[in-house]
Amino acid sequence: MKVLVPVKRVIDYNVKARVKADQTGVDLANVKMSMNPFDEIAVEEAVRLKEGKEHHAAGTATEIVVVSIGPAQAQETIRTALAMGADRGILIQSDADLEPLAVAKLLKAVVEQESPELVLMGKQAIDGDNNAVGQMLAALLDWPQATFASKLEIGGGKATVTREVDGGLQTIAAQLPAVVTVDLRLNTPRYASLPNIMKAKKKEIATKAVADYGVDTAPRLKTLKVTEPPKRQAGIKVNDAADLVMKLRNEAGVL
Amino acid sequence: MAVLVIADHDGTQVRDTTHKTVTAAQGLGGDIDVLVVGQGARGAADSATKISGVRKVLLAESAGLGQTLAEAVEATVLPLAGGYDAVLTPATSDGKNFAPRLAAKLDVAPISDIVAVDGADTFTRPIYAGNALETIQSSDAKKVITVRPTAFKAAAEGGSAPVETIQGADAGKTSFVGEEKVKSDRPELGAAKIVVSGGRALGSAEEFHAVIEPLADKLGAAVGASRAAVDAGYAPNDYQVGQTGKVVAPSLYIAVGISGAIQHLAGMKDSKVIVAINKDADAPIFQVADYGWVADYKTAVPELMKALD
Repeated sequence: MKVLVPVKRVIDYNVKARVKADQTGVDLANVKMSMNPFDEIAVEEAVRLKEGKEHHAAGTATEIVVVSIGPAQAQETIRTALAMGADRGILIQSDADLEPLAVAKLLKAVVEQESPELVLMGKQAIDGDNNAVGQMLAALLDWPQATFASKLEIGGGKATVTREVDGGLQTIAAQLPAVVTVDLRLNTPRYASLPNIMKAKKKEIATKAVADYGVDTAPRLKTLKVTEPPKRQAGIKVNDAADLVMKLRNEAGVL
Repeated sequence: MAVLVIADHDGTQVRDTTHKTVTAAQGLGGDIDVLVVGQGARGAADSATKISGVRKVLLAESAGLGQTLAEAVEATVLPLAGGYDAVLTPATSDGKNFAPRLAAKLDVAPISDIVAVDGADTFTRPIYAGNALETIQSSDAKKVITVRPTAFKAAAEGGSAPVETIQGADAGKTSFVGEEKVKSDRPELGAAKIVVSGGRALGSAEEFHAVIEPLADKLGAAVGASRAAVDAGYAPNDYQVGQTGKVVAPSLYIAVGISGAIQHLAGMKDSKVIVAINKDADAPIFQVADYGWVADYKTAVPELMKALD
C-alpha cells in the first residue's frame, strides 16, 4: 500500500508568534521554522506502517511519499520526513500562502497522479489553525475520512480509526482509499538518526510548480488585518486559602 | 438572505453551543433555520424550536447521522445548501469534522472557529494558537463557518418555530464501530461555570484523581488538564484545555500546578476570573491570573477545601 503524507513547514511550536506592527500578518522573518507537529505524527505513523512497529504488520505500507506545498525551504521539511523513513518527496513550490481549499485541490491532483491507498496527515497546521485540508481532500476525492485519529489499524481493505471526539472516543471503519487525519496521542515521533539524515540526502525530491497541476488556487478570503489579542493583566497575589476564598466571594463574585 | 445553523445536541435537547451559534448567525442577518441531524433526535428538534429568532427547525434522521459520520452529514446538508447563503455550526469535534467536507463539496473556503462576526462576509478568528487574531473577508457567495461558542452569548429562549422532517442520508464508505464516552456527573468542560484544571506538577494519575477531582466536586466544577498532564497520562485527553484540546471560558478557572505554556493559555485566557496555584513564583500562568497563590498544591488544595467549607 502506498501512503501519501502531506507536510507543512510552519513556525516552530516553541516560538511565540508576533504580529507585525502594520497588522498585515505574523512576523516570520528570522523565526525558527519546523515541520507542523501533527504532520510529524502522520509521518511517524506511516513509517511504522512500513516497518511493522506496534500493532502494524510489517510492509503494511510499501512506499511513503511526502508532499509539501510551500517555499523552496519546504524542501528541508521534506528532508526531515525522508530522514524519519519516508521514501521520496514532492515539493510544489509556492511563495503564496495558499488557502485550505487550494491546498486540497493541489493534493487531489497529486493523489490522482500517485494513486495512494491512504493519505495520512496532521489534523491541523499550527499557523492557520484551520483544521480543514484533510476533510476537504476527502470530499474532493469522494473518499471517506477519519479525522483526529488516536489509533489506526489497517486490514481487510479498511482503516479502523479511533477518533478523539468531545466527551470520549469514537471508532469508525473507513473503506480504503481514505484520508486519515491524526491527533496528538497517535504516537510520539522519532528523532532521525545521523545515518538516516545522511541517507535522506540521497532520496529523491521532485520539484513542481503550482501551475503544473492546472487547478484553481485563487484566494477566496481577503485578510483585512491581523491583530494581537487583548492582553490579560496579571492580578494580585494571595497569601492563604481564606484570603483567596474571601476575594473570590466578595471581590470577584464568582463563588 | 437565509442562514442554516446545524445544531449540537445530546439526542434529547440542543446544547447551549447551538444557542450561541444562533447568536453568531444573527450577526449575518436574514432568516435562521436550525437543522438537527441524528437518530431518535425528535426531542432535540423540539428543544430547538424554543430558541428565539428561529424561523423553522429541520429534523433529519438516519443511522449514520446518529453516529455523526461526516459523510452522512455532508450528504444530508448538500441538497439543502441551495436555499442558504451561509451554514454555521459550533466548532465542536463534530462540527470541525463535517464543515470543511461540506465546504469542499460546495467549492467554498471554510471559515473555522470564528470569534466575531464583523459583517455578513467579514469574520474574526484566532490563528497561531490564539497569539493573533485575523479579520477576513470572504468572496464566496455561500459561506461555511464553524463558530467558537465561548465567544458568543447564548440566544434567548421564547420562540415557537415549527419542525419539518427532511430526508436524512447515510454514510456510504464509513461505518461506525463503537464509542467510549466518558461518563461523569460533573458538568461538561465546555459549558461549566467553574473549571478546575491540573498540570504536570501533580506527578501521577493517582494524585490527579486525589487532588483535582475532589476540589472540582466541591465547587460543582468540570475537570480540566494541561496538555503536559494529558501527555504524561495523568488525565484523559478529553480533559485537555488548550490549543490542541478544548477552549473554555468559564466564570472561574482554577489552574493547579500548571506552568502556563502558550498552548494552554490559548484554551483558557478568556475565562472571567483566573486563579493560579503554583509553587514556582515565576510560572507564566501568574501573568494571566487575577489571583495568584504561590504555594505547593499539596498543602494549598487541602487548605482551600477547608476554607470552602
